[in-house]
Amino acid sequence: MKNNKRPTVKKGTAKRVIKTLFEFYPVLMPLTLVCIIFNAIVSSMPAIFMQRVISAVETSWQSGDWAGVKEQIIGTVIILVVFYVLSLLSGFAFNQTMAIITQGTLKKLREKMFNRMQDLPVQFFDTTNHGDIMSHYTNDIDTLRQMVSQSFPQLLVSILTVTTLFSIMLYFCVWMAIVVLVGVIFMLIVTSKVGGGSAKYFVKQQIEIGKEEGYIEEIMNGQKVVKVFCHEEESKADFDKINEELFLASEKANKYANILGPVLNNMGNVLYVIVAIAGGFLYLNNVTNLSLSGMAISISVVVPFLNMTKQFAGNIGQVSHQINSVVMGIAGAERIFDLIDREPEVDDGYVTLVNAKEENGQLVECKERTGIWAWKHPHQADGTVTYTRLRGDIVMDDVDFGYVDDKIVLHNVSLFAEPGQKIAFVGATGAGKTTITNLINRFYDIDDGKIRYDGININKIKKADLRHSLGVILQDTNLFTGTVMDNIRYGRLDATDDECIEAAKLAGAHDFITRLPNGYNTVLTENGSNLSQGQRQLLAISRAAVADPPVMIMDEATSSIDTHTEAVVQRGMDALMKGRTVFVIAHRLSTVKNSDVIMVLEQGRIIERGSHDKLIAEKGKYYQLYTGAFELE
Amino acid sequence: MIKKLASCIREYKRDSILTPVLVSLEVVMECIIPFIIAELVNQIKGGCDMKTILNYGLVLVVMAILSLTFGSLAGITCATASCGFAKNMRRDMFYSIQNFSFENIDRFSTSSLVTRLTTDVTNVQMAFMMIIRMAVRCPFMLIFAFVMAFVMGGRMAFIFLIVAPILAVALIIVIAKTMPLFKKVFKKYDRLNSSIQENVKGIRVVKSYVREDYEKKKFNTAAEDVCADFTKADRILALNGPIMQFCLYAVMVFVLSFGSYTIITSKGLDLDVGQFSALLTYSFMILNSLMMISMVFVMITMASESGKRIVEVLDEQSSLTNPENPVFDIADGSIDFNNVSFKYAKTAEKNTLSNINLHIESGQTVGIIGGTGSSKSTLVQLISRLYDVTEGAVLVGGRDVREYDLETLRNEVAVVLQKNILFSGTIKDNLRWGNKNATDEEMIEACKLAQADEFIVRFPDGYDTYIEQGGANVSGGQKQRLCIARALLKKPKILIMDDSTSAVDTKTDALIRAAMRQYIPETTKLIIAQRISSVQDADIIVVMENGAVSAAGTHDELLKSNEIYKDLYNIQNKTGGDSDEE
Repeated sequence: MKNNKRPTVKKGTAKRVIKTLFEFYPVLMPLTLVCIIFNAIVSSMPAIFMQRVISAVETSWQSGDWAGVKEQIIGTVIILVVFYVLSLLSGFAFNQTMAIITQGTLKKLREKMFNRMQDLPVQFFDTTNHGDIMSHYTNDIDTLRQMVSQSFPQLLVSILTVTTLFSIMLYFCVWMAIVVLVGVIFMLIVTSKVGGGSAKYFVKQQIEIGKEEGYIEEIMNGQKVVKVFCHEEESKADFDKINEELFLASEKANKYANILGPVLNNMGNVLYVIVAIAGGFLYLNNVTNLSLSGMAISISVVVPFLNMTKQFAGNIGQVSHQINSVVMGIAGAERIFDLIDREPEVDDGYVTLVNAKEENGQLVECKERTGIWAWKHPHQADGTVTYTRLRGDIVMDDVDFGYVDDKIVLHNVSLFAEPGQKIAFVGATGAGKTTITNLINRFYDIDDGKIRYDGININKIKKADLRHSLGVILQDTNLFTGTVMDNIRYGRLDATDDECIEAAKLAGAHDFITRLPNGYNTVLTENGSNLSQGQRQLLAISRAAVADPPVMIMDEATSSIDTHTEAVVQRGMDALMKGRTVFVIAHRLSTVKNSDVIMVLEQGRIIERGSHDKLIAEKGKYYQLYTGAFELE
Repeated sequence: MIKKLASCIREYKRDSILTPVLVSLEVVMECIIPFIIAELVNQIKGGCDMKTILNYGLVLVVMAILSLTFGSLAGITCATASCGFAKNMRRDMFYSIQNFSFENIDRFSTSSLVTRLTTDVTNVQMAFMMIIRMAVRCPFMLIFAFVMAFVMGGRMAFIFLIVAPILAVALIIVIAKTMPLFKKVFKKYDRLNSSIQENVKGIRVVKSYVREDYEKKKFNTAAEDVCADFTKADRILALNGPIMQFCLYAVMVFVLSFGSYTIITSKGLDLDVGQFSALLTYSFMILNSLMMISMVFVMITMASESGKRIVEVLDEQSSLTNPENPVFDIADGSIDFNNVSFKYAKTAEKNTLSNINLHIESGQTVGIIGGTGSSKSTLVQLISRLYDVTEGAVLVGGRDVREYDLETLRNEVAVVLQKNILFSGTIKDNLRWGNKNATDEEMIEACKLAQADEFIVRFPDGYDTYIEQGGANVSGGQKQRLCIARALLKKPKILIMDDSTSAVDTKTDALIRAAMRQYIPETTKLIIAQRISSVQDADIIVVMENGAVSAAGTHDELLKSNEIYKDLYNIQNKTGGDSDEE
């Protein structure tokens, strides 16, 4: 199983995440940052004013003279309130903007991923596990959300608070600050030990989850096969093994993570005690204070200092709690960036497809749909533009191709299809029939040789225009969530309802559609799971019919339709194929018999070509194939 | 629901109970520590000697160590309990699914089952963890801190009685506002993700029709919608922090001003400086506990949806059960359908199959042919009791299939399903599904019969070739042949092939049938096909139409008597074929 969920953190990814945030929100993000910094500083300030109040209380509590210190205390409290209000406002502000930024960023990243994904070559989808692609949109986005919305601001606040607190500590008493610093270093060491163990097992847990998900998915998909083979007990046993592994990994990961809290908390407590002892020692022994403020050690220094120690330790705890999710978030971000950074399908084509009309025997480009299409071919050399009528003339000249470099799938394939001809490919599975069609619409590019379309090298034609001129009906039908009408209209977005219905009638789908609960407005979900395979095929054919392309490629289009229905479809298809160049791939020889040319493929080579009658007369491979089915009776 | 889920705790009961107990002890320590610290502060202030400070320090360190011990132990038991709970949940669900009948399987989609076993379990696990750790810790801490605050602060602690309810109400409002929003947006989010999946699967269609931009626009609109809803919910939820801070600040300001007033006017009798700072610690504890309680509540509400979905799977009863005194021996491969009617759902108006009467002798080859939706597959699935008949009876070897032990029946009646699947593993691993103890010779023999040997030996690794998940690295025809070989290894009395050679070319198809006739003559063979040529030579051909048997007989008989069959034959052989046939 492919599993690359291991968080390997590349340098620079964290930087890029931050850069991306600023890019998406050039105004809001700096503003948020200012708010966070402001909030962190403002939130640590009260310690100073608390010290002032306490010191005032300290000097006058024995005298009981409230009036004497009233002004000082109330004045300080008012400043305190001002700081609190500022802290609240900035806290409120950055919490709100962070919510907007997080969701907005996730949305933009989702869009970027999806948009890039649409532009990736088919090869990417053929070679990447679909589950892995999906996990970019689910797992990776989720970890990123966690990181951006919570860990980042929290980390920032904690670090800033720690810095500010430490400055204030120095302001009060350098000696005690040093004690705190030593304690914190110790805490960080323990954190990295425990946290490291936790991270290690979280990675392992992630891998085990991947394994388990893969196993579940596979078995659930084949659940009926499991039943038929009475394989339940075996799959239970296999599952138990994987499940136990996952349990062990996640138990360990959680143990470490759960211990971290109490450990840090109580180290904080011990630190508190140590600071108290140190403070008491300094205070009682009247040690000369070393501080930025120059004040002497008194109870009004020790008490707020102790509170600061608590806050300090708490923030260190926060930092260590967030580290894990930051690491995971960055790993997720990295996978997201990997997808976004992928090279899109290159398209150097400059020949475009335009509507045309004939004026004085010349093709002239026009806006409206005329039924006549032309290739608009600008010539760079002399700046002229020529128009070639789209006819559907396809020539392959000595084409070699392999999906991977070292394995050639097609050898020296040459063929020509004249406009309106029906070309059939026959051959065993794996002979390269589907590959040929992959090349015509440039899902893959050929390694050697040439393919010409109406005399134009297809590499010069813009991919979009090339594909617009080709209708494809594939072996596996894919329908989209939406109504039946939406699915038919997918072929041509500006088709009217009537045109869609007309196409469905042509394909022979109209009958069953009208019998659906809501007719054309029946909503299809999960790739039309409520339809039979054959019905889905009929919809796919209707979709191609409404697109009305001059060239059609049908890859096993009728393999799942029973012969009776096929006869119905065939009639429609014959109408559909009239005047078009059609490439047909079929197992059933009965469906290819009336083709103009039949190509027999074997291991990537065309070994026979000709009409049905000619091939039968030649008594070669086709003859064997064709008669084979009947001969063995 | 809770009872059902709780039944998954089982062997982790000890840890599940121990966790809250240990957590409570930890809380006691956590609450006493500030109390002693307050004393210490007062001692320092009072000018005690170093020894007193050290004594207090020692007590505190011991308490911290105790707190650490309880806390860590609680963390460990909590990890074991929650992970074990999750493990048992997954196990129970998986086992329950393994016992599903076809009818049950039809009811749940694969993706929904996968989500239930993964995401939903994680959600419930998190909630469980929260409950055993936080749900005890927070109320306990709340009460304890309250009590301590009153002990220390006296009248001052009344501020908590005012602030805590305010915070509680504010938190409840936030939750009440966000929960429905989150529920709504999570549904939309699911839909968004499933539309991505759809797009990935259908990328060839998207690209063929040059619909990339259309798909982008569609996606961006949906993503925008999800984002707007998420932002709205998140923004309300983001009020939690500031609200909490507001309450904390309010308490601070009050304690600071009113506290200093009390200390000074009472000359330190009602309140002293040490208590004063402890009060601040308790105020933080109280408010923080309230906050945590609200979070636990959010977690539980969110997980309850997941809990429901898990219980649905656990509660699903298999619609097929083994009889009480099952028969373990099947006499032969004869099959009888006596007045069989069937419908998939009890509530369905129309029968999927009606009044089927068929009698097949052991060893016969039976072809079944008919249009899409004529219920051919349904018919054969009744034989191995993948579904139970609604009326009438299906007999195998002269006995009602409902009398047999299910496993025995399914081992003797091998079905090659229309939607067949290979599993990740070597070819041999896959073949062994048919017979765990199959020798290499047996496997090769079965593969030769299914015409799979010829392509397997051409693979560099032969029979040890690794098959990717779902058989992605073999072609459709190869996959079908491997599936047939796998079924043959069962050495069944009845072999059912449900359109199992549709992707195999005609010649190979014919070779498979010839081999079967020659090498397994005693096995009853049912072949569902769309090609007349695949069934032409069968002993009986059954023509199905609209869930009923239209006719049954040999090729020649049907050609004379049955219009549907004649039509099919003519269609399939209309051009060219007729001249070459003889």
